[in-house]
Amino acid sequence: MTVTSNHYLRRSKNLLMNALSVACAVLVISPLGLILFYLVRQGVTALNWDFFTHLPAPVGQTGGGMGNAITGTLKLLALASVVGVPVGILGGAYLSEYGGDRINDWIRFWADVLNGVPSIVWGMVAYALAVVPFKTFSAYSGGLALGFIMIPLVLRTTEEVLVLVPRSYREAALALGLPQWKMIARIVLPTALKGIITGVLLAMGRVAGETAPLLFTAFGNSHWSHSLAEPIAALPLQIFAYAISPYDDWHRQAWAGALVLILLVFALSAGVRLLAGERKKP
Amino acid sequence: MSPRPDPTAVLQRSSRWSDRSFRLLCLAGASTIFVLLLLVAYQLYHGSHLARAQFGWKFLVGSTWDPVDEVYGALPFIYGTFVSSAIALLIAVPLSVGTAIYLTELAPVRLRQPLVSVIEMLAAVPSVIWGLWGIFVLVPFLRVSVYPVLQHRLGFLPLFQGPIYGIGLLTGGIIVAIMILPIVTSVSREVLRSVPDLQREAAYGLGATRWEVTRIAVLSYARRGLMGAAVLGLGRALGETMAVTMVIGNSSDIAKSLFAPGYTLASVIANEFTEATTDMYLSALFELGLVLLGLTIIINIIAQIMIRAISSKETRRVA
Repeated sequence: MTVTSNHYLRRSKNLLMNALSVACAVLVISPLGLILFYLVRQGVTALNWDFFTHLPAPVGQTGGGMGNAITGTLKLLALASVVGVPVGILGGAYLSEYGGDRINDWIRFWADVLNGVPSIVWGMVAYALAVVPFKTFSAYSGGLALGFIMIPLVLRTTEEVLVLVPRSYREAALALGLPQWKMIARIVLPTALKGIITGVLLAMGRVAGETAPLLFTAFGNSHWSHSLAEPIAALPLQIFAYAISPYDDWHRQAWAGALVLILLVFALSAGVRLLAGERKKP
Repeated sequence: MSPRPDPTAVLQRSSRWSDRSFRLLCLAGASTIFVLLLLVAYQLYHGSHLARAQFGWKFLVGSTWDPVDEVYGALPFIYGTFVSSAIALLIAVPLSVGTAIYLTELAPVRLRQPLVSVIEMLAAVPSVIWGLWGIFVLVPFLRVSVYPVLQHRLGFLPLFQGPIYGIGLLTGGIIVAIMILPIVTSVSREVLRSVPDLQREAAYGLGATRWEVTRIAVLSYARRGLMGAAVLGLGRALGETMAVTMVIGNSSDIAKSLFAPGYTLASVIANEFTEATTDMYLSALFELGLVLLGLTIIINIIAQIMIRAISSKETRRVA
């Protein structure tokens, strides 16, 4: 084989592999385009004011909405944050301010492993903890399941932003005679507040669309819930129920619900980008 | 004259007390990770004691799942979970690594950040929405345009024989593949980015083409980390629930054909948990959860060890 033919072979192999990797990128990104296209096309037709304010219509009637599911999802997110956010932030503060290298490595490692535990398993835990003892499905149990999922997420992101707070801030605060806990609570946490909120929004975005852990905790409800101790409707649950139903009108509603859900999730991550962008500027 | 109390000492004592309690509070927050781990293991272990006492290890290899006669075996679900996850990995890993190579080695710098944001958006799409799209868009498309061709060409293999429903193991695997693409891509990208530029420069200096640089200097260096990314993807694939439940067909028969409906551990829990009328039924479902938990924890431990190995190698090199 001559040098030149070898050269051409290598060049063409190079071009081929480059083209392949571009093709991979296109293939990986295309599902997003596809899903947004269908969500908008199918979802917009069923979206109207009633969709946000009304209860689901009974079988056979057209119209109705997912008002209860939308407020239900917001309530569940609030409950999940009550469980997940304080614990996550305190844990993150421990990693960044107190813990030794060894124990921190362990906590990070197991937090990442916990992150990989399927969400439906957290639903089973919340079922055993909060549904069985009270003998009823409830918003509380759904919030608990989602909160469990949030804890490792918030913990990891909080730690990441706290270590970015300059050491000199801490030293200045201690030099002024502030006890360490006040230094953390009054100087470190507020300085990193935007980053912490970013992490919390990210975690909320992640659990907002979770369906599996709610199936046997929040359970769903076709009426307005008056108490958090009752079963509560949630947008992902409603989408699931409608998607597997045999009625065309419900399918339309499922698409509309999915459009609203994805807008909610993207709004949360847009908030993230906004905060993160602001943080980078100075 | 009695000694006056030293005000700073009082201050110190009170701040020492509050310092200590704040530290404990933070420690409690951090140890929640271990508490959660023990809690989830205990709850599933405890919840499944009836089924474990009744069936023992045979639960894992029993192929009958019959709630009416109270005979429970997990094999069809373990089989379905592994088959759909294997399909997902076969599709997702090459695509993800290819994309990661494009993002770190080829893409114009201006394009990289927007592409990464798009992949993050892809990761944010909830499972139930993929399921909805799967039912109404992907399944009809595969049933009409893809599977008949596949059967025509590869029908001599038992994998591609039998009736085509659209829903089934292969469809489940494809939807899981789409869902794990973002995480495998972003971890692979991190791994490739951690390859020192010196490696690349050395290969370029020897006159290698861009692909040769990627293959010799980058991929061989990053192999362990990329495998870690794949294992992490496997962990996610095993636990994927809603989208799979909506397109896999939910049948507890073990079929040879990939076109046949199947069932996974997570989807049987999702479908049957609220229908479990007897204690034994519920207990068997808890045991499926325990199997799923055990699998995902082991897989995730392996993945984290592999991913960490490459990043710590990197920091050592820098230090």
